[in-house]
Amino acid sequence: MWVFLGSDCMFFGTLIATYLVYKNKSIVGPYPIDVFDIPTTSVSTFVLLMSSMSMVLSYAALRRGRIKAFRIWLASTAIMGATFLAFQVFEFREFAVHHVEIDCVEPGKLTEFETDIFNEFCTEGVEHYEGSHGLTPATNLFGTTFFTLTGFHGAHVTLGVIWLLGVLLYSFKWGITPDRDLDLDLAALYWHFVDIVWIIIFTVVYLFGVFEGF
Amino acid sequence: MTTLALPLPRPTHPTGIWSWITTIDHKRIGILYGVTAFILFLTGGVEALLMRVQLAAPEQDIVSAEVFNQLFTMHGTTMIFLAIMPLGAAFFNFVIPLQIGARDVAFPRLNAFSYWTFLAGAIMLKLSWFLGGAPNAGWFGYAPLTGEAYNPGHGIDFWMMSLQILGIASLAAAFNFIVTIINMRAPGMTLMRMPLFTWMTLVTSILLVLAFPVITVALIELMFDRFYGTNFFVTQAGASPVLWQHLFWVFGHPEVYILILPALGIVSEIIPTFSKKPLFGYPVVVLSGVIIGFLGWMVWSHHMFTVGLGPVANSVFAATTMAIAVPTGVKIFNYMGTMWGGSIDFKTPMLYAIGFVFLFIIGGLSGVMHSSAASDAQQQDTYFIIAHIHYVLFGGSIMALLGGIYYWFPKITGRFLDEKMGQITFWIIFIGMNITFFPMHFLGLDGMPRRINTYPDGMGWDLWNAVATAGVVFLFVGLAMFTVSAIRSWRNGKRASGDPWDGRTLEWSIASPPPEYNFEEIPTVHDRDDWWSTKRRRAPAAVPVAGGSGENGHDIHLPQPSYWPAVVSIGLLVGGYGLIFNVAVAAIGGAIAMIGIYAWSFEPVNEPDDGAAH
Repeated sequence: MWVFLGSDCMFFGTLIATYLVYKNKSIVGPYPIDVFDIPTTSVSTFVLLMSSMSMVLSYAALRRGRIKAFRIWLASTAIMGATFLAFQVFEFREFAVHHVEIDCVEPGKLTEFETDIFNEFCTEGVEHYEGSHGLTPATNLFGTTFFTLTGFHGAHVTLGVIWLLGVLLYSFKWGITPDRDLDLDLAALYWHFVDIVWIIIFTVVYLFGVFEGF
Repeated sequence: MTTLALPLPRPTHPTGIWSWITTIDHKRIGILYGVTAFILFLTGGVEALLMRVQLAAPEQDIVSAEVFNQLFTMHGTTMIFLAIMPLGAAFFNFVIPLQIGARDVAFPRLNAFSYWTFLAGAIMLKLSWFLGGAPNAGWFGYAPLTGEAYNPGHGIDFWMMSLQILGIASLAAAFNFIVTIINMRAPGMTLMRMPLFTWMTLVTSILLVLAFPVITVALIELMFDRFYGTNFFVTQAGASPVLWQHLFWVFGHPEVYILILPALGIVSEIIPTFSKKPLFGYPVVVLSGVIIGFLGWMVWSHHMFTVGLGPVANSVFAATTMAIAVPTGVKIFNYMGTMWGGSIDFKTPMLYAIGFVFLFIIGGLSGVMHSSAASDAQQQDTYFIIAHIHYVLFGGSIMALLGGIYYWFPKITGRFLDEKMGQITFWIIFIGMNITFFPMHFLGLDGMPRRINTYPDGMGWDLWNAVATAGVVFLFVGLAMFTVSAIRSWRNGKRASGDPWDGRTLEWSIASPPPEYNFEEIPTVHDRDDWWSTKRRRAPAAVPVAGGSGENGHDIHLPQPSYWPAVVSIGLLVGGYGLIFNVAVAAIGGAIAMIGIYAWSFEPVNEPDDGAAH
């Protein structure tokens, strides 16, 4: 399992490297600052990190032979993972339809992308502009690298949820005993790994993407 | 244990074609790997032959420029991914469990899956010849040249799907061998008592596990670009034309060592055996293998000296490239030190091993020549590079692998490969190899570029091109003789005992061919070269006969064969095909693979009624 995780490190390492190489290289918008919603993503990040804690509690319960607690914590881990995925689906959808609204008379402070839209659509006589300027994998380099990186992370979380549910199902159908904790240990290792990768993605992609100076 | 009710009963065929399809015996999988890879090696050879015929004289038009591009792409991809790597894998499979005193690899069904997936990838690649043209962008497939805009046909699609599938196979195999070598060694076999071939397999597997994800991501990016319109390599959207080169060579250079380290391992077994001496400086040879594996990660940009990365990057990569010659040189000196003062027995495997040392030195020296960025600027993309790579891959890897075949053939089949024929074949291949590839040094320094389908008269390249093509004839005669002799010897060659070469490592302590369970009793290891010292340490009467009594094996419990690994591989093949042509077919392939994985994971290692007794 450790060997597999080492291999997976290279996998995400390459994806993140690609993202960083192409950071700020997009020719057209939307750019990170236009689409990222840090408070929302922080909530989903918090949920995912808490799921790591419930994973630990589940493992500890199994080691002590408390099967019921083990099942409860394992189920909550899977539920939190699924919640994270729901957030991601919601977020992807939001990005894809990204709604732009500009007051053409008094535009105020606009981002670079909004300025582009302002120049294009706020022609003479137009007072107010509204429209959908979504980000898809085909839009620009940011969309390409962002969706691929986070999409593969989402796929890993999905696999993790299925795996955890599989262990849960197994424990109901065939029973599980403390001496079989390796079954859970491997799933837990994988789960923590996926969480750690998310911490890196959240920092490098989301936080660095929004704050100036990076 | 509960078995889920699945329509297929557990396969039980002891012989026949189904027994091969469902086998999970590492020895049989090794043979499958070897035979398949050798056939694919010959197809790659035919592709090369066509190119050499085209280039034999100036301004010929035997194959068109388009076909020529496809030929060199397929030749490179075939030889690297479908011939040398799986031939190495054949030896890993057959030899490693025997060398470490184990009954099988750690995950036997995963091992079968690796083989079938490798076969699926090979079929995928070769299918392209019949379904709209082979890939044509070189084995390195530089994007954006491979992008949809410049390469609209399906050739590149086949190439990238095939490499993805082969990557899955290689990764599965590498995980398997790392776990096997770390966990399944016989009692007493510490790491520093491991045979060199096992050591080099371990290093190779670690390289594979770390290098393949990088090419996987690069291929995924290319695939998304081609299938879903993303912009990874679309320069109009601001993409970097150098990204692919970096990703490819971050994988590609460790890949070079993935190709050569098994060869070094094989030679490290053959030379001590036929010199009747322990390997000179064992710890240093192990260490230099590990250092090669480590430094192999720091040299990738020497493939990109002419890209314009700047003098600092070029100097750093030139320095690391020169540094990697040191551990390689250390190994060569240790081989010579092993032979020095030994009573050398010039049997065919030994000839190949010495041929390896000789040719690999030449290839290594030209390698050091273009490690200097300044001189590489002259040599880049010329036949000089072709000469170099063939001296290290043909003169290096292939010579060692052929030597390995002669060395382990008695163990695999219980019969010797014909010795007289072997000696003649060796000299034909050795001479043919030099006639073919040595003139390419001159051609390259004379400025003949790679990847051209023809050249004008009067460039001064006519003579050496004709000579090189003549050399290919020698190679083909030699390989044909080898093939014939291998088939004949397999059927009715001279019988070999369990220990025909007076071997040093554990695989020679059992019968040839080994029984299905390998070892009647798992041996306890006291020494490096344990079988050798067992033979020497004990009084002649007490030396165990290689092969044991052969009567105590009936109670040994082995995992049972399975259909599912092959089913998952078929799913991958269908899925890959579907992604190129039709999404519905891809879904079917995915479904087949999922069913296979599901059935596999709920299939007990042994049927309960059978397993309960033990």
